[in-house]
Amino acid sequence: MTVDSSPVKYTPTLPGQPVPEIATISGGRPVFRAELPDGRIVWLVTGYENVRQMIIDQRFSRALAVAPGQARPGFEMFAAGSINGMDPPEHTRLRKLVASAFTARRVEALRPRVAGIVTQLIDAMLNRPQPADLVAGFSLPLPAQVICEMLGVPAADLGQFHAWSDTIMGDWQRDSDEIMTALAGLYDYFGALIEIKRTRPADDLMNALIAARDDADRLSEQELTVMCCTLLIGGHETTANQINLSLLLLFDHPGEVAKLRADPGLIPAAVEELLRCTRLGGLPPARVTTEDVQVGGVTIPAGEQVMPLLGTANRDPSAFTDPGRLDVTRDAASHMAFGAGVHHCLGAQLARVELQEAFRGLIGRLPGLRLAVPASDLEFKPGMAIHSLRELPVLWGEP
Amino acid sequence: MSRWKVSVDKNVCISSAMCVALAPDRFVLDEQQRSGPVEAEIDPDELVRDATASCPSEAISLVDADTGQAVDLD
Repeated sequence: MTVDSSPVKYTPTLPGQPVPEIATISGGRPVFRAELPDGRIVWLVTGYENVRQMIIDQRFSRALAVAPGQARPGFEMFAAGSINGMDPPEHTRLRKLVASAFTARRVEALRPRVAGIVTQLIDAMLNRPQPADLVAGFSLPLPAQVICEMLGVPAADLGQFHAWSDTIMGDWQRDSDEIMTALAGLYDYFGALIEIKRTRPADDLMNALIAARDDADRLSEQELTVMCCTLLIGGHETTANQINLSLLLLFDHPGEVAKLRADPGLIPAAVEELLRCTRLGGLPPARVTTEDVQVGGVTIPAGEQVMPLLGTANRDPSAFTDPGRLDVTRDAASHMAFGAGVHHCLGAQLARVELQEAFRGLIGRLPGLRLAVPASDLEFKPGMAIHSLRELPVLWGEP
Repeated sequence: MSRWKVSVDKNVCISSAMCVALAPDRFVLDEQQRSGPVEAEIDPDELVRDATASCPSEAISLVDADTGQAVDLD
């Protein structure tokens, strides 16, 4: 098949907006060229098998996609020094330093602490007048507290991280100087914290990484700093907004909520189904082809930017029966929300435990939880990386 | 010391290739990019223990060949 010359315009939709049929945009082609809102021309890959085949194939390089000279949005400048923007073997050398801290077995041991934080946050909500902002009162502090404790970062500094992280993760029209300033702030913060922790070692992930640097020279000082930033940002923005988006979906499906209330044993399956049905990200991180690669019957030439549309995989009728329907009792565990291949979400198991405990708490203790404002009033921070709600005002109890 | 039995549940494997990276002589990816052991029974190998503990989807099973008991991963 020859390369078609005319890219179609593609603008990712926000949660709550109607999602146009991808086939309408693509003209039925599973792999097609598109022009993004920032002017980039990329190949988009759709459908479960095509997406999976692409993201496990190392001829689609993340390192090339974040390299200087590529058109790249702000968060890619952050990704450039992190495991998210590396290929094997550099990626593997760094990822294996932290992989064992995030296995299901290790994360399961954190479950009682996660449940304890959920209890504290809901207690605090119950002690304050309604409506409450669930973002500030629950969905953000829960994962932030957990990752801060794992890393050994003072949770009191959270407000500062957020300012930096919002700048880095958001807005494709933002001035890149602003992003570089935020990145410098984040790196300086962690650089200083690493020095403090060198003199006062603790039993946490950051000190484990410092030991890997100082005792065994397994990573550079810069890699150490960036890894800490990656874990902190990756460890809370994502889960916080996955909680928000899942709740927005559940608010529209009271029958599914009733099933979970009647049988909390369904919550782990529900978390997988909610991961499948929500779209946390706008545009996924791009890859660049290292050679001509065939996917979905199309040959993508070497050196092109390519993006897997994970949402089209999660809504592919060949992978999920009646994919448009939210069904908390279905087995949705094969969804692609965490990706696959070498960049499969490092924190997937931690996110699962946090989401399970979050919904156990919210559904069990705040019956009648609902939006306090019309859904159309909700505001997302403009951004490409993650659909991030500014506020989520909620009420609970009898209407 | 007794030998270890290694197996990978290909239905659970998400092709992170962490095991292949950590223990390239012990694991190999098939055409579908799913992992499997090079040899199903091996002498105890710390790299295989690391790979088992680091697998993001916990697809690798590592048991004592004599007793069938799971090998301690810590």
